[in-house]
Amino acid sequence: MAFTTIGETGTAAAQGAVAQALRGSRVDVRGKVFEYALLACLLVSLLVLAALIASILGDGSGVYAERGYDFLDGGLSRRPARAGISQGIVGSVWIAVTVAVVAFPLGIGAAVYLEEYAPRNRLTAFIELNIRNLAGVPSVVYGLLGLAIFVDALGGFYGKAGVQRSTLAAAGMTLAVLVLPVMIITTQEALRAVPGELRDAAYGVGSTRWEVIRKIVLPYAAPGIFTGALLSIARAIGEAAPLIVVGAVTFTTSGAGLDLANVFDPGHLEGRFTALPMIISTWSKAPQPEFKVDLAAGTILAMLAFVLLVNSVAIVLRNRFEKKRTG
Amino acid sequence: MTTTELPPPANAAVDLSGDPRRQRRERLMGVVFGVAAGVSLLISALILLSLFSKGWRFFAEVDWGTVFGSDNWAPRSGEFSIATLLVGSVVVTGVAMVVAGPLGLGAAIYLAEYARPRVRRTLKPILEVLAGVPSVVLGFFALRWVAPNVVGTLFGEEAGRGGSMLAAGIGVGILTVPLVASVSEDAMRAVPDTLRQASAGLGARKMTTSLRVVVPAAVSGIVAALILAVSRALGETMVVYIAGGAADQAQFVVDPRESTLTMTAAMASLASGSDQVTGSGLAVASLYFLGIVLFAFTLGLNVIGNRVVRKYRQVY
Repeated sequence: MAFTTIGETGTAAAQGAVAQALRGSRVDVRGKVFEYALLACLLVSLLVLAALIASILGDGSGVYAERGYDFLDGGLSRRPARAGISQGIVGSVWIAVTVAVVAFPLGIGAAVYLEEYAPRNRLTAFIELNIRNLAGVPSVVYGLLGLAIFVDALGGFYGKAGVQRSTLAAAGMTLAVLVLPVMIITTQEALRAVPGELRDAAYGVGSTRWEVIRKIVLPYAAPGIFTGALLSIARAIGEAAPLIVVGAVTFTTSGAGLDLANVFDPGHLEGRFTALPMIISTWSKAPQPEFKVDLAAGTILAMLAFVLLVNSVAIVLRNRFEKKRTG
Repeated sequence: MTTTELPPPANAAVDLSGDPRRQRRERLMGVVFGVAAGVSLLISALILLSLFSKGWRFFAEVDWGTVFGSDNWAPRSGEFSIATLLVGSVVVTGVAMVVAGPLGLGAAIYLAEYARPRVRRTLKPILEVLAGVPSVVLGFFALRWVAPNVVGTLFGEEAGRGGSMLAAGIGVGILTVPLVASVSEDAMRAVPDTLRQASAGLGARKMTTSLRVVVPAAVSGIVAALILAVSRALGETMVVYIAGGAADQAQFVVDPRESTLTMTAAMASLASGSDQVTGSGLAVASLYFLGIVLFAFTLGLNVIGNRVVRKYRQVY
């Protein structure tokens, strides 16, 4: 840390000599062993990540080599040779869209209220505490919320009267609610990083609070907000536990209407659904080795590619906004 | 926040209040943002409402003898041994902490005390990538790689053939390493440098300074990191569901080499299996009952953890 005051007067060699003289001829073996043990802890974690990537690439690339686009385009099937993940892709795309439409405005709005409007009182403190606790609620419990509230509510909206249906809209809402606390917290951090002088200057020339927020605070905080937003989407795309509880389909032929050619047809929201993490979870537990290994890993690769795509969009957007801010 | 609107002077010569439309918009936007913040309270209320409105039937109708007396969790045939699931959760979480505690703390001490800035800048983002890996992916990895290569090596090929509490626990542990590392690293970096300098001035070696000065000074943050990690591990579903080795039902076992269900995995099993959450009798209600138990545990741990985090932040 900051122990290097000798360095200002002596050369590196002199420093070494001084250290040697202070230490005597003994080498600090225990200290070195300790340092390497600590480094090993860190490296083990990184090696695990490498093993994870290698194992998934090893298991999952085969299906793309053999079947290529056919695997992405195919539908769910009990026969491994025909099974594909198009319904999962459509489901995940719509989950991402629902999260963006529902969680982003709510999350940004709540964060703006807490940082810019809220009086410092007990209610505000309670809301903050509540958001922190919501962020720690296990995802499977959000699934119960989705099953009890959104499936019933939206099922009545989309389905025939009285028939309970798990729709893609209900799943998307559930995941939107799941990522909302994270969205609020990251946006709050971005807003807190806006220099107070900018606000004061804007108020000084007669802006109202809303004008300050819209023209000064939000543009300045935009890169941070975008990063948080896309991390939320990435999180939502990878979540499987709430989908299982909400009632995603595992093996079906009824999702025939879902195909990649009309991914963006909002009619998907009304139907039964599945999503990429759901398919991964089902196939990983399947008895047949083709499903369990090759197809599950292949689906993981597709999902990670999706997540990576979202993250790169985040980086591009953030850079554009940062340029705007400095330019 | 930083400004308060001044009341207009009694005999203002000029009207400074501006365009009334501007003021109306100003008030409207305040309400809109306030409503957005209120939604978070609504969500909490809805979580409690959904858990208890659907779970109360379990409390009212279940034969408590099967909850506390039986040693079998088989909800579809009316056996609800909560002890089986609690022990499953505790064992998996225990294994996870045995993995994540030392690895996370070691990594944190290295990053906070030893790593040169450049090394830190490269290694830390990689650790963050690990934090972003979806839990289904880790479940797959735990079953496909950890079970044969780690569990199989330690306890013989037979033990590593399928999922087990040990494989699942290691998977969950890998998932929580970044959490332990980042929260406890923050705590250690918050320790003032003067303490380190004083320790070095007394002739302590770097290892002694790290272990006897920095770690004790940051101990509340480290404890908070471990508490939050336990809460995360208890709530982790997919890794245990995929790599825990049990489906639908489980028997009371303590040996981590065996397979069983945790509370979360039991919920996922109950909810899957058929396309919808169906089942005879109290199966659906038991899903919400588990939700209530899990919610209570994790909320308690998070409240304690967050309180400890805030406490140490105030000290330095």
